[in-house]
Amino acid sequence: MTAPTTGTLGAPTTTAVRGGRRHRSRLRDLLGVVPFFVYVVIFLFVPTIVVVVGAFAGDDGRPTLDNISALADDYIVEAFVRSITLSAATAVLGAVLGAVIAYAVVTAGPDSLVRRLVTSACGVLAQFGGVTLAFAFIATIGFSGFVTVFLKDSLGIDIFSGGVWLFELPGLVLVYTYFQVPLMVIVFLPALDGIRPQWREATESLGGSTWYYWRRVAAPLLAPAFLGSTLLLFANAFSAYATAAALVSQGAPIVPLQIRSALTSEVLLGRENLGKAMALGMVLVVALVMWLYGLLQRRTARWLD
Amino acid sequence: MAGLRQRRVRRQRALRWIVVTLFAVLTLLPLVAMFEFTTRDGWDTWRVFFDWKALGETYPILWTGMKASFWLVLLSVALTLVLLVPTVVWVRLRLPRLRRVVEFVSLLPLTIPAIVLVVGLAPVYAWVVYFVGGSSVTLFLAYTVLALPFAYRSIDAGLSAIDVRTLSEAARSLGSSWATVMWRVVLPNIRSAVLSAAFLTVALVLGEFTIASLLNRANIQVAINQLGKSSATMSVAVSLAALVLAFVLLFLLSFAGRRRNRERKTS
Repeated sequence: MTAPTTGTLGAPTTTAVRGGRRHRSRLRDLLGVVPFFVYVVIFLFVPTIVVVVGAFAGDDGRPTLDNISALADDYIVEAFVRSITLSAATAVLGAVLGAVIAYAVVTAGPDSLVRRLVTSACGVLAQFGGVTLAFAFIATIGFSGFVTVFLKDSLGIDIFSGGVWLFELPGLVLVYTYFQVPLMVIVFLPALDGIRPQWREATESLGGSTWYYWRRVAAPLLAPAFLGSTLLLFANAFSAYATAAALVSQGAPIVPLQIRSALTSEVLLGRENLGKAMALGMVLVVALVMWLYGLLQRRTARWLD
Repeated sequence: MAGLRQRRVRRQRALRWIVVTLFAVLTLLPLVAMFEFTTRDGWDTWRVFFDWKALGETYPILWTGMKASFWLVLLSVALTLVLLVPTVVWVRLRLPRLRRVVEFVSLLPLTIPAIVLVVGLAPVYAWVVYFVGGSSVTLFLAYTVLALPFAYRSIDAGLSAIDVRTLSEAARSLGSSWATVMWRVVLPNIRSAVLSAAFLTVALVLGEFTIASLLNRANIQVAINQLGKSSATMSVAVSLAALVLAFVLLFLLSFAGRRRNRERKTS
């Protein structure tokens, strides 16, 4: 990969003239990546720097730690705790359920109709969900939703007797699961595809039972992929905004919604950059999770590619 | 052995049917509920939905959102491909030392949630408005950032499957320019990778809500959300249509993707 054998790049240069030419053409080569880096600097680096610098700046632009220390305020700490709880709960739930579905789908063969249907449905729910998913749940178990009305009219059960939980944290857990499980199916399928049937046959011909195969062969092989996918699901739920924004219109139980209120309302004076501090906090959490994911991913690739 | 195997296959089939049936029921339940919700008071919602002229007149926000999303899809796909494909190929051929850098930068948006990006994008968009105006279509500049990781992975995988260096050397030694190498040698060989990058971008742009809503622009998702405040049935109807349409699109694409994979394997 790093052994250029031709062209001006790898040619050994001994004289100054050739060295100069090589230098010029290296510069010309670099011109080819300028548009990409200019774009990335403007639309990725500048926004990131704005967030990082803003998190440490007061309303007057002077450096301050007020925003960062404001992160210790009760309501922000609570929002972070709720966000992390919500993400962890739906990540574990999604990972377990998604893995079972992925396994069931894999046993059907790579070109089967079942697999196509399930992966397409998962693709829609995992990537397209957002606002539409929120409305799906309002129509299903909202105040006058299909299931709510059915349960009340025919079974006499009022699912909202204990409060309007759909628009609070329990509701978010339910709705988030609807895009976490499909995402797990999508990211875990390739790992299951990497499991060779020969391994199972080898276990059996050596006298191993099904239980033994799962415990001693499949589980250790799949564990890094499973853990990695769970982390990915965590990051996915932690960063999600659309579903919660469409569902929760009052209050801000989780961090993304706190950032929304920091952006849209300018009630708190002297807290102009608080949203940036919360955004920085989110980046740190997601970066940590994605770093661990990268480590596990490298371990997975060793076996299952 | 054979008996053991047969028993396993039978058990797997039973498990498969139970799991897939449960999955199907739980996935279809919200869709059925949405349909019931929109038809509870008669078919008026759907009559308006399919009468596009009336739809645009009754719900102008919906029409605006759809139009913006259409242009956003086109421009985001174009910008993503134009930025990424030549850069990734060029780096592979001429600047191998930059490969890790480009990869790192392209995957970086995965660690920066859209809700965070939008916080930092506000001042950048102040300049965008200054230079090219405040139309919702300018969002494609931000959407390309979101699409980078997915498009990069797809294109990088496509390039790994072919020997770009040998192909381009052959073409260069026969006298073709870099533009010809790119357009007539490399691109046809990574067609399916480029296609899947484009499709991922389409799905991402159609589903994007965070940036559009917080920068006060309109796209289809923002329109659905705003509609929810005035006409719940219509917003549920549009959501249902969007979900079904996306499913049909993905299902059809699963056939296209498979066929191309097999072609590559046999060739």
